[in-house]
Amino acid sequence: MILTATSQQTAGAAIAAPAGAKLAKPRYHWFVIPGLLVTLAIIIFPWVFTVWMSLHEWKLGGAAQWVGLRNYVELATNQRFLESIWHTFYFTAVAVVLPLVLGTYAAVVFHREFPFRGVLRTIFIMPMMATPVAIALVWTMMFHPQLGVLNYLLGLVGIGPSEWVFARHTVIPSLALVEVWLWTPFVMIIVLGGLAAVPTEPYESALLDGATQWQMFWRITFPLVLPFIVVAGIIRTIDALKAFEVIYVISNGGPGTASETINLYLYSQAFAYYNVGNASAVVVVFFAIIVVLSLVLLWARERAKWNT
Amino acid sequence: MNVLVANFHWRKAAGHAGLALSLLVLLAPVVFVFFWVISLSLKYDIDNTAYPPIFIPDEITFSNFRRLFDETPFFLYFWNSVQVSGGATAAALLLGVPAGYGIAKSKAHSMAVLMLISRMTPGLSYLIPLFTLFQMIGLIGTVLPIAITHIVITLPIVVYIMIGYFESLPVELEEAARIDGCTTWQTFLHVALPLARPGIVVGAILSFIYSWNNFVFGAVFAGRTTRTMPVAVYNMLTFEQFAWGPLAAAAIVVMLPVLVLTIFIQKEIVGGLTAGGVKGA
Repeated sequence: MILTATSQQTAGAAIAAPAGAKLAKPRYHWFVIPGLLVTLAIIIFPWVFTVWMSLHEWKLGGAAQWVGLRNYVELATNQRFLESIWHTFYFTAVAVVLPLVLGTYAAVVFHREFPFRGVLRTIFIMPMMATPVAIALVWTMMFHPQLGVLNYLLGLVGIGPSEWVFARHTVIPSLALVEVWLWTPFVMIIVLGGLAAVPTEPYESALLDGATQWQMFWRITFPLVLPFIVVAGIIRTIDALKAFEVIYVISNGGPGTASETINLYLYSQAFAYYNVGNASAVVVVFFAIIVVLSLVLLWARERAKWNT
Repeated sequence: MNVLVANFHWRKAAGHAGLALSLLVLLAPVVFVFFWVISLSLKYDIDNTAYPPIFIPDEITFSNFRRLFDETPFFLYFWNSVQVSGGATAAALLLGVPAGYGIAKSKAHSMAVLMLISRMTPGLSYLIPLFTLFQMIGLIGTVLPIAITHIVITLPIVVYIMIGYFESLPVELEEAARIDGCTTWQTFLHVALPLARPGIVVGAILSFIYSWNNFVFGAVFAGRTTRTMPVAVYNMLTFEQFAWGPLAAAAIVVMLPVLVLTIFIQKEIVGGLTAGGVKGA
């Protein structure tokens, strides 16, 4: 979200400079300080506390005992935790790639002029505004292997029933499907913003040269909106890594621990077992994973910019 | 020449058909899920568990909604959610609108970076320390801790949208006010703030929606009487696995306020003003 803002601002800064030269430069720090203090309190306090707790053995209600790095060492060999990392990556891959493809496709479609475009676009963005818990509940009912409507619909087109979230090998793609349904509109909105800035001239000359729609998309549209797709991809990756509601409500990490992601493991450690020391170590490792992946994607974004 | 014209018409017709097909593919899953939850909420349970499924029943019923409000204190949960989301949104406006103005004017983006970090931080990681803190000072059991934690969601949304909005305002009016001797604060209060009213409305609605939709903070902090709507719906799911009618009714009651609010700001959402600002935590 910040990424789009900063790129606009660097462009604006150069133009704004000369106008206010005569007046004393106004100071704005008092506007920012209250919000900054609250943000720091909400972010810094939990962080210091979390890092400190991750070096302790502590069950809520008992006394904290210093154990150094033991929580981290144990995590490195904790089979359940290591599997949850793999589940998180699997879930994230599906929940990022599909919305990027479908969202870009939707943006190209909704960028065209046609009757009722406004109404249809509003319907299309409804999933990302709807309450995820309520949506997860509806999908829980749709996934039901015997009475669910999804298996009936599959049957109509001649595909056999699926176990959906009730089988180990289908649970993660099924959960990711709900996430795709929820957040494809988000990608659409960002890419639509990119399409609005695309000039029309290249298309006119391409049309005269007899280019097909398909060629025009890949040669003109795609390179121009690629930076926007990458920004959407970065935000989507961060959010998908942190996904919680959909998984918690629909499968609660099951069957067994087949769909337990890092966030789900973290939740059970912290709020089911009150194992605060271990959970805090998970938070630190989890955050490190998110930061590293974000940095890799930011680097990819720079690369995408150079190419255009 | 005739061949070219015919070819052109053919391509145009194919284009229309392709567009219609694309819209169908994109919108069908969206419409179907909403249709299905409405259908479930208006049917008797015997129709809801019929196989093959009954899409449009012979007889519709509102008994699921009646049962929901008779058997669970849904108005209380509704009021809790209003207090939490309203409080967190009010706090975010109070802190975030001036902050957005300050950042936009001084072009200081250190706080913007802080917001990115707050987005990268898993929501659950705030909860362990804050849960411990709130328990120590005895706030657990009121709606206050839930409202406080929801500032994590609402503040970044308001700040982000206000930065964008204040930057889009023309600078001339503010400069005129300063030449007339207004202080920075007066300029903000009497010139920039009235101009920014549409942006404030969008920021407020959007942060209210995402606070309303949040589940996990409420799930950890809420007691029996302080449940927010999403928490209440989740609890229904764990107790009434197969009462699909009332569950669907509950899902609709939770979503309806935010979907109505969405219609009011759909132009701004699609217009890119809010892109990326959504879903703060």
